[in-house]
Amino acid sequence: MESLAFLMQGFGTALDPMNLAFAAIGVLLGTAVGVLPGIGPALTVALLLPITFKLDPGGSLIMFAGIYYGGMYGGSTTAILLNTPGESASVVTALEGNQMARRGRGGPALATAAIGSFVATLIATAGLAFFAPMLVKVAIQFGPWDYFGLMLIAFVTVSATFGSSPLRGLTSLGLGLWLGLVGIDQLTGQTRLAFGVPNLLDGIEVTTLAVGLFALGEALHVASRHLFSDEKPIAIKGSVWMSREDWKRSWKPWLRGTAIGFPIGALPAGGAEIPTFLSYTTERKLAAKPEEFGQGAIEGVAGPESANNASAAGTLVPLLTLGLPTSATAAVMLAGFQQYNLQPGPLLFVQHPDLVWGLVASLFIANVMLLILNLPLVGLWVRLLKIPLPWLYAGILVFACMGTIAANPSVVELMMLVAFGVLGFLMRRYDYPIAPVVVGLILGPMADSALRRSLQMSLGDPMILLQHPGSAIMIAIAAIALVAPFAFKGLARFRQDED
Amino acid sequence: MSTPTAKGLHKPTLVIGIALFALAFITWRDASAMQIRATYGMGADAASYFVALFLAVMGAGHLVAAFRWQDDPGPTDWKAVGWVALGLASLIAALWFGAGFIAGSTLLFVFTARAFGRRAWLADLALGFVLSLGIFLLFNKLLTLSLPMGPLERLF
Repeated sequence: MESLAFLMQGFGTALDPMNLAFAAIGVLLGTAVGVLPGIGPALTVALLLPITFKLDPGGSLIMFAGIYYGGMYGGSTTAILLNTPGESASVVTALEGNQMARRGRGGPALATAAIGSFVATLIATAGLAFFAPMLVKVAIQFGPWDYFGLMLIAFVTVSATFGSSPLRGLTSLGLGLWLGLVGIDQLTGQTRLAFGVPNLLDGIEVTTLAVGLFALGEALHVASRHLFSDEKPIAIKGSVWMSREDWKRSWKPWLRGTAIGFPIGALPAGGAEIPTFLSYTTERKLAAKPEEFGQGAIEGVAGPESANNASAAGTLVPLLTLGLPTSATAAVMLAGFQQYNLQPGPLLFVQHPDLVWGLVASLFIANVMLLILNLPLVGLWVRLLKIPLPWLYAGILVFACMGTIAANPSVVELMMLVAFGVLGFLMRRYDYPIAPVVVGLILGPMADSALRRSLQMSLGDPMILLQHPGSAIMIAIAAIALVAPFAFKGLARFRQDED
Repeated sequence: MSTPTAKGLHKPTLVIGIALFALAFITWRDASAMQIRATYGMGADAASYFVALFLAVMGAGHLVAAFRWQDDPGPTDWKAVGWVALGLASLIAALWFGAGFIAGSTLLFVFTARAFGRRAWLADLALGFVLSLGIFLLFNKLLTLSLPMGPLERLF
């Protein structure tokens, strides 16, 4: 129970007024970007990275986590009132939630989403605090071969297993790996693919790539489409409070959603979208009135909303304990750690326990703040949807470009940003997932050096990867996950999560 | 997935496939020119060869898929994309010629707003200018980040 003691210390850190302020800014921003369609938490964290790198690491990371959690809460509001999910993890919520809103039950739909999110986040964050130290104990004994195996799993699951098309997902990953090659190799000093451009010697900045792909790519994509779509938000009618029957029908889906979301988020399978789909189908099967599904069944909002929040907490388990990002937001948050020269992984728990546990404790606090922000104050957020789109996107672009040139004042960097923006636009247009590119850029060089360090230790014998049971099992899992989508076409139903 | 139809090739997929082959070729060339060798195990070139091979396999996959995929990206408002592109180009040009951050991002704001259908040029120009000025003052003065300076910025 030493983790409980650490957690108590963490609350000491988290209750520091500065850190409370960072958490509050984080959840406010997170809810705002969750509500606004087209901007996700990954993009927001990426935008803030260059601005925060002179601030205190603990506070900034608390803010990033608040954005992640807030994005998961806020997405449901847009999904329910606008039928346009604010972020991809809320796609399922839109199915039943928007039907409820159309039938004048928008209030209870928002309430069950907010309370379900609260319950799920509470349980899942407790799960994070409980399981992370256990995983750290295992992970501290990992050799480079084990990390290589883990990264293979992450590569395959993030890109191939759950994408709309494995070929497209793997192509995105390939692009990310290619970008990861650029620059001076850390082990030998060999320059790869820099073509004599000095800006490329240090490699591609993760933030430049993420901001380009997410912010500029999304803005270009929306610009190319907005003429052809027009949705108006539905006003909240009736009481925000849930009736006794609503509570009775909601509490089990909340718990089931959590039970589905947390483990899947924690697995390197990644993403919040798969658990929301699973939760939705589970609730439909178990519902007392399955005929209501498609007409506004409250279970169809309660379950998936809990699942997506639980998976956000779950994603933090591999991120903090192994340094393994399994969603785009986690990938950008990893870049956030790295800009302070902090490497998430088992050593982080040993070297910076105050920082890690302060972060975990502040997640509990952020969760309470979010419940308040999203239940009584939901009307305020709905007004955000009234910001005219032209100004919204113009502002996003100005801010995106500002962040990049502030961190790296050079025209070449800005040109790279624009090039990545065009890439992001084309990828959206032709339905290629974005997250694998970011994950490939971050994990590619790490996998490369893990493999090479393994081979140095075995004097060049590749069998070392199969002689250690841990890495052998993980490589086998990766191989199965690579082949599975081609063998079972049904899996392709689950689309890749971008946030 | 339907069987190949008389419609034949899906052009975007074909182009992407060829681009992947080109990328693979460049990577291969780059790897074969590397001088530094590792004492044990893999050198820095091994990852490049692997990625080149991987991209080539993906390229081959696209060439096959070009005969099978039929999906159409849907209607596209190229004018709007052009306006955003013009905005980004103005920012790059503004920095290139030393006109500074505020001028560049004001233009970016105005052209992006135009892409999304606004035609109130003067109002947007004013709003973009105030926004850019605010960002410049906040970040240059308060957070001591160095945004590119132009004649306008030196006044502060």
